[in-house]
Amino acid sequence: MSRVTLMALQVLVAVVTLALWQVFSTVPVFGKVLLPPFFFSNPVDVFSQIVKWFSTGVIWKHLAITLWESILAFVIGSAGGILVGFWFAWQPRVAAVFDPYVKMVNALPRVVLAPIFALWFGLGVWSKVALGVTLVFFIVFFNVYQGVKEVPTTVLDNGRMLGMNERQLMRHVYWPSALSWMFSSLHTSVGFAVVGAVVGEYLGSAAGLGYLIQQAEGVFDVAGVFAGMFVLSAFVILIDMAVTAVEKRLLVWRPTAAARD
Amino acid sequence: MTEPTAVALDGATVAFRLADGRVYTAVEQANLAVDHGEFVAIVGPTGCGKSTLLNVTAGLLKPAAGTARIFDKPLNGLNRDAGYLFQADALFPWKTAIDNVAIGLEIRGTPRTEALARAQKWLTSVGLGAFAGRYPHMLSGGQRKRVALAQVLIRDPKILLMDEPFGPLDAQTRQIMGNLLLELWTADRKAVLFVTHDLEEAIALADRVVIMSAGPSARIIGDWPITLPRPRDIAEIRMEKDFHALHREIWGVLKDEVMKGYVQSTQAGAA
Repeated sequence: MSRVTLMALQVLVAVVTLALWQVFSTVPVFGKVLLPPFFFSNPVDVFSQIVKWFSTGVIWKHLAITLWESILAFVIGSAGGILVGFWFAWQPRVAAVFDPYVKMVNALPRVVLAPIFALWFGLGVWSKVALGVTLVFFIVFFNVYQGVKEVPTTVLDNGRMLGMNERQLMRHVYWPSALSWMFSSLHTSVGFAVVGAVVGEYLGSAAGLGYLIQQAEGVFDVAGVFAGMFVLSAFVILIDMAVTAVEKRLLVWRPTAAARD
Repeated sequence: MTEPTAVALDGATVAFRLADGRVYTAVEQANLAVDHGEFVAIVGPTGCGKSTLLNVTAGLLKPAAGTARIFDKPLNGLNRDAGYLFQADALFPWKTAIDNVAIGLEIRGTPRTEALARAQKWLTSVGLGAFAGRYPHMLSGGQRKRVALAQVLIRDPKILLMDEPFGPLDAQTRQIMGNLLLELWTADRKAVLFVTHDLEEAIALADRVVIMSAGPSARIIGDWPITLPRPRDIAEIRMEKDFHALHREIWGVLKDEVMKGYVQSTQAGAA
């Protein structure tokens, strides 16, 4: 399939879906509207809601808040994951002792922590960051841990034979290996940072995309809920594109970097 | 003035404890000396512990009994006088070819610009001057071996340890690499310990060929001086009469061991 045909078909799917949605929510079929506007709204209303948000500029503040929370969650979660990942990989005994607890906390659906975090950190930015951190941390932690453990023995021996001391092995062998594992899960961890932020906002906040959706839902403004969802998807896609660009740059040395996606 | 022996293994025995608690003796009572500037090849059947012996010389493995002396000093920890060319890919995949070569100097504290300049020279001398910016995965197997060779040689080690370095390469590339190795070695005559399972390669390259018996408890069972004149061309030397005579003589000993090793490997597979 050529690029143009593919694009055309992709656009077609969107157009048909939106058209069907619009028709079934406004035009009665055999005297009955199949998608009652109260529950399903319609594309025109949703679109005008989005336009209103952007034209009045209300949306920017919420986007900025969500973005900021996601970034903080990602940075703090990654830093923690890297530190603990290295620590555990260096100290197998520590890893063995903590292993059941790590598994336990990781198995916990993080959403249930949101009320606790709201209590501890208030309704502001930090309770959302905390939620995102608990999600990002484990992904980065597992990957860094694996990355340090999975350095091929030959590469390690080569480093030693070339005269590297422990510090240099760290810098030239363990660190790049761990980072490459971490970067390979960059899409997941960044995605989870956003999830943490939005879910946190949804469960209690005064700003952000999750707050926007929750507010609309509270007054049965279905158009507002859908509009919030669309803005959120676009936001996530933009972030994902940024991550892909960063990844291409950082993982040039990897044979799979170009072949993936 | 006589230079001290570069590598002297005296009664070196290497044993591993297996997962089920038994002790597996890989190499038993190996005595081996490599003189300064001498090219010694170790040949033996698959799984006879050739690489094990090399790892002892490198200081990556400690012998269970016996001693290893490097330039007349007992080896303690890693062998700092040795450069090691591994059988498997050992380049740092996250570094470009030139960075891979320069790293050996950089970790010694050589300024980066100087290290890079010298790395470029080494890349050129292994025929990869135009590939400095490539990452290992963008290079062919033979090119990666060239980079690895430059990576080891730039540090100017007094001893060169090579573990079937050209094993994964195709026959033509092996010959080209063999000639390149001889050319570089002739320039400054390091002591070389070269492990291979290919007797022809060993005779073509080395001053001395050492034969090991099939494992376990592999021993050194033969030691032939190779008096073929230098400089040699790996491809052409194989046609000569002296080469054939040596090959026939050494193969007579090696053949039995290869068969023993083969039988053992099939039995181990069946058990």
